[in-house]
Amino acid sequence: MTLTEKPNIQENLISVLKTVSDPEIPVLSVLDLGVIREAVEKDGIVQIKLTPTYSGCPAMDVIADDLKKAFSEIGKKAEVELILSPAWSTDWISEEGLQKMEEYGIARPLSESHDKDVLLSEKKLVKCPQCGSTNTHLVSQFGSTACKALFKCDECHEPFDYFKCLK
Amino acid sequence: MKNQNLYNYILTIADNSLILAQRLGELCGHGPNLETDIALTNISLDLLGQTRSYYQYAAKIAGENKTEDDIAFLRIEREYKNCLLVEQPNTHFGYTIGRQFLFDVYHLMLMEKLQNSADEILSAIAKKGIKEVSYHKRFSSDWVKRLGDGTEESNAKMQEAIDDLWRFTDELFFMTASEKEMVKEGIGIDVSIFKEKYYEEVSEILKEATLIVPENKYFTKGGKEGVHTEHMGYILADLQYMQRIYPNMTW
Repeated sequence: MTLTEKPNIQENLISVLKTVSDPEIPVLSVLDLGVIREAVEKDGIVQIKLTPTYSGCPAMDVIADDLKKAFSEIGKKAEVELILSPAWSTDWISEEGLQKMEEYGIARPLSESHDKDVLLSEKKLVKCPQCGSTNTHLVSQFGSTACKALFKCDECHEPFDYFKCLK
Repeated sequence: MKNQNLYNYILTIADNSLILAQRLGELCGHGPNLETDIALTNISLDLLGQTRSYYQYAAKIAGENKTEDDIAFLRIEREYKNCLLVEQPNTHFGYTIGRQFLFDVYHLMLMEKLQNSADEILSAIAKKGIKEVSYHKRFSSDWVKRLGDGTEESNAKMQEAIDDLWRFTDELFFMTASEKEMVKEGIGIDVSIFKEKYYEEVSEILKEATLIVPENKYFTKGGKEGVHTEHMGYILADLQYMQRIYPNMTW
């Protein structure tokens, strides 16, 4: 069960994996999100190791089904195994993924120490994805999904989600 | 079953998460405000996710084509091994928060130890769970302080809940025979190690919340050995209804 941090993904499978997105944040592909830890073709079967962002993430079952479907469309059978270790971290979201997330309206995770400052000491560090101001405040530590917290911008007054740092 | 002690041990931990998740799930759409409603159901979802990981592992140990759903839905009351604390009802918001707080402090301490378990799968579940449970604890501690150090009424209600739930805290540190066996094998956690630390931390937060730390030394136990309070049957009726009426149904 020990996998190194860099996922083992076979080159020729990338184009298909890119088409499968996170149902909760559809602009992010499973590769952007870093939840695919291994994808290799063995004896004609694509074997995928998927790790959840949070234990109870309901998107995981959907993602597993979508992966199988995407490969079946190009005539390949895929098997998906859910793995827990090593635990997923927001560090695994690609830079491209972070940019897409921001454009979509979700503030990107801060560093671990800044994340604590924001969630515990209510420091103003999270940048509003609408207007770019950091004059924002925490409304709730739990947002629309387990991985996000709810914020409000005090400049443009828009509410928005902040993707919590997880390490 | 070859590995009965390990199976029992997994359920002792997992059933706490299942029953508490079910209790929190009752509040879906009924939370005192939108943010709290979402927070409580998010916590419920985390716990349910952890439960699934534990049950999938337990099902493998049980063999005979058992599934996680069989374990969740098809046991009788006496076979559930959760502690009495988590099955206590949402009498009012103070109880929901009090129950969560008293459990979260314990749960985080347990996960911190369990991540070093000799069992690779339990260790992985704990490592994943720690990150989630620390959020739960932060949420419930904040609310204990907000209610305790709030108005006269919120203080009285928070105090009432803590006073009432206090008698279930000692059971968290009671160890069944299976747990003791697992401790010997380096898989299980000797929970007595952090009992003192638990009461210290809980007391500190209660004091900060301007609440009185109960001095009651009368404690109740039984849940971990399958002897539950009268609330458990109702929870199971809700939880099991669909599988009992429509066996093997799926969504």
